[in-house]
Amino acid sequence: MTDTLSISLAPSQSEKFRTRVLPFLIMAAVLVVIPLTGPSRTTYSLLNAIGINMVFALSYNMLLGRAGLLSFGHAVYFGLGGYAAMHAMQAIETGTGLWSIFPVFALPLVGFAGGALAGAVIGWPSCRRAGIPFAMISLGLAELVAAAGFMFTSLFGGEEGVSGDRMNGPELFGLSLGPINEVYWFIAAWTLIGTVAMFAFTRTPLGKMGEAVRDNPERVEFVGYDPQRVRYLIFIFAGGFAGLAGGMAAVNYEIFTPETLSVIPSGFVLLMAYVGGIRYFAGPMLGAVLLTYMQSNLSDFTEAWLLYLGLLFMMIVMFAPSGLAGVLVSISQGLQSPDRRDILGRWARYAAGALLAFTGIVITIEVAVRESSGFGEVFEPFGFALAPDNPVTWLLALGLVGAGGWVMRSSGSDKEEASS
Amino acid sequence: METFFFSLLNGVIYGLLLFMLSSGLTLIFSMMGVLNFAHASFYMLGAYFAYTIGSVTGFWIALFLAPILVGLAGAGVERWGLRKVHTNGHLAELLFTFGLAYLIDELVKIIWGKIPVPYEIPAALDFPLFTLFGAQYPAYRIFMLVVSIAMLAGLWFLLKRTRAGLIIQAALTHPHMVGHLGHNVPRVFMIVFGFGCALAGLAGVIGGNYLVTEPAMALSIGPIVFVVVVVGGMGSLEGAFIASLLIGLLQTFAISIDTTFAEIFAFTGLSPLSDLGRISIASLAPMLPFLLLVLVLMIRPRGLMGEREI
Amino acid sequence: MSTPALSIRDLTKNFGPAEIIRGVTLDIPPGERHAIIGPNGAGKSTLFNLISGLHRPTSGSVHLGSQKISGRKAHEINRMGLSRSFQVSNIFANMTVRENVRCAVLWSLGTGYSFWRNIGNLKHVQERTAEVLETVGLIDKASLPAASLPYADQRTLEIAITIAGGADVILLDEPTAGMSHSETERAVALIERATRGKTLIIVEHDMSVVFGLSDRISVLVYGEVIASGPPEAIRGDAKVREAYLGDEAEDSPMVEGAA
Repeated sequence: MTDTLSISLAPSQSEKFRTRVLPFLIMAAVLVVIPLTGPSRTTYSLLNAIGINMVFALSYNMLLGRAGLLSFGHAVYFGLGGYAAMHAMQAIETGTGLWSIFPVFALPLVGFAGGALAGAVIGWPSCRRAGIPFAMISLGLAELVAAAGFMFTSLFGGEEGVSGDRMNGPELFGLSLGPINEVYWFIAAWTLIGTVAMFAFTRTPLGKMGEAVRDNPERVEFVGYDPQRVRYLIFIFAGGFAGLAGGMAAVNYEIFTPETLSVIPSGFVLLMAYVGGIRYFAGPMLGAVLLTYMQSNLSDFTEAWLLYLGLLFMMIVMFAPSGLAGVLVSISQGLQSPDRRDILGRWARYAAGALLAFTGIVITIEVAVRESSGFGEVFEPFGFALAPDNPVTWLLALGLVGAGGWVMRSSGSDKEEASS
Repeated sequence: METFFFSLLNGVIYGLLLFMLSSGLTLIFSMMGVLNFAHASFYMLGAYFAYTIGSVTGFWIALFLAPILVGLAGAGVERWGLRKVHTNGHLAELLFTFGLAYLIDELVKIIWGKIPVPYEIPAALDFPLFTLFGAQYPAYRIFMLVVSIAMLAGLWFLLKRTRAGLIIQAALTHPHMVGHLGHNVPRVFMIVFGFGCALAGLAGVIGGNYLVTEPAMALSIGPIVFVVVVVGGMGSLEGAFIASLLIGLLQTFAISIDTTFAEIFAFTGLSPLSDLGRISIASLAPMLPFLLLVLVLMIRPRGLMGEREI
Repeated sequence: MSTPALSIRDLTKNFGPAEIIRGVTLDIPPGERHAIIGPNGAGKSTLFNLISGLHRPTSGSVHLGSQKISGRKAHEINRMGLSRSFQVSNIFANMTVRENVRCAVLWSLGTGYSFWRNIGNLKHVQERTAEVLETVGLIDKASLPAASLPYADQRTLEIAITIAGGADVILLDEPTAGMSHSETERAVALIERATRGKTLIIVEHDMSVVFGLSDRISVLVYGEVIASGPPEAIRGDAKVREAYLGDEAEDSPMVEGAA
């Protein structure tokens, strides 16, 4: 009797397949299909960076999204894992002892071990607190490790960092890892492994208790679990997976510098995860794709790309706290709802307003950037010269922001009703 | 002896500068529960505002005007930004200020450029005030000391002798009180946030020309201010004061000690050429606040003066 | 006499200068249903917090069976077989009802902090979860988010989480607070069913619940037990009458108990 009950409670087999297996099959298929389109070297290197950042952002979300721990120092584990892999790569090159039979392909495992070890050591003092103190402590410890990175040159290589050669040791799957398309297979494989492993982690008792600790640490104590212990264990795993990403990066770039330990990449991974959406498993992956793309492409177009990134983040925090994944989910729900015409109409108006305002902001920023760099360059979108001393420039910018703001405001009040 | 005396003086000045930052941060945190990640960015704005205003009006007017402008900017941020995310909880507010720090950094780079600006000590104060043990001591540092002490006295007067101060004090010790302040809580929040930012701005005005006014100045002092607040005990002004002076003195004294580990631990046979042996106390100075943080966490997780377990 | 299920000796608790609990001594034999009543601010919830390990007592001791539990951490006390509910619903609001109960059964089924097992494949976890949901009657709502439940159902879930781990000693803090008359009746039936064969300690304001449910009643006033005994004895106790009539005549056990 209870047997049939428990089966009826759990999702059906087909639903399990649809939500838990199919997405990964699709992901694997996409990873296999990409090389068939004949990507260029630049595309390959972008894809590799995306894969690394996906694993890194997902590991970050094990803390923020799943366990409610806001860290400003997650790059420490990425960096230490990467350094561990880098030193192992050098050991493979010299062929000392057991390392002579260790394939470079498996270096992310060394990264995982390094990151997890660092998590176990550093997590011990920091996981005693949660919430805001935890966030500040993570920042302080990150500063400490980064400073140590520059100080201990024999381990971290000082300013130049530690470099190695990935084309050594035994080959696995016939990959020499020389050309970038072979590195792609390496990154693709580990991205898939990392993603599946982290998803599986969410399904374990520890993963579930992590969510419980995030929601209500007090009650967790009264169902027999120690919230500090839960946090600490999850912290170690998050460090391990960040180290895995670091190991991937070690093989991909063949160099690691102390910069990678600093608070700047730690901030970047926070942005990736949050912009993508921390409440959804796939959110950080989405954020990794978008931000890595912005980082490599937008930075060619405009000097102020970090400013745009900051603006995007602020907009997400203020208006879409569930991130881009949340926006996509509510759009798809809107499409399925009976009065989709109204909802879509409102959204279209809202989006149009946002676009207008955004154009105005872009003009302001671009004109200002060119003015401040002092080379006398003029912002010329589509052939219109917008000089900083031309009043038309500022009227246009202000007018666009004002008009956009007005459109958003007029459709915004309806929107709140719709979403509630 | 002269090193000791000058280090003591410099350490106290640096410590008071840190307190100017950490007191505002503590006030904001205690009243609103918001950890203002962008606090050091307002400090940076203070320095840049003073530089720009000062180049038109001279230093003395900038000394008053710049902190007020920074305070207004802070109040505006609270009114039109932070208040909107308030309902989403403290973590959302922290993330908002994190994004804000990012934005201010980038805006500063665009407006004032990526290299340091020549924000200089006013000519009227650019002379050696006294000579002690054969070394000269610059007048501007004593001016910093005077401004800091004036700020300290002002803050003390505000908290102990005014009605607004009494309310703030009550809220510091009894955070639940904030809800009972009456219907004007949002306004109180805005003023406190603006006031805290103005204090940070003042620190920027007098610290920007003593140190360097550059886009990285926020990121270099921000984490130290956080350490001050955690070490002192979150929400405790006394704790922030003690921790500020402690870290100020610790760093300043460390810088003046060139002894290396190899010399200290010579009896262990530590080689002066090894990584560990090469490290001098002076080079450890930037790390000391963070080492102190770890130490305090191990021994006394709630901080020196912290009563609230958060 | 056998060892009491729960034994409290000279328990005190000060918050600063304020003495909230002033020397409580109480023995509760196994299987007893024991109610703790008293006017507002008497220290009933504080007493629960001391027993369950949320707060540390200033002095005195608490034993669960033969083991001392005072001074231990809350999760350790829970593992030893004492479970409590909260006056204000204290559930995992972002999870479904089923996940809430599942979190509460995990430790007792020995899964611990394991990260190598898929929770969906742990058959005994699924079975026990379904059993608890069936007992409390939330099985139809198993897949709803806990935050979306109506108030009375949230209170039921609160009880479900409390009993799910199979603890032998159950502490319920005002389980029927804020419920309508019919909801209260259902809740009382549920409490009787769910705690059969266990030791129950309940803090309750509704006197019909107290007198209907309990074998023995203790009256707590200003941090002291002024009377302890079977319901009839308490009903006739002069000191109790005075304490209640003096403070809040409306809530008098006599008035409500008779109703």
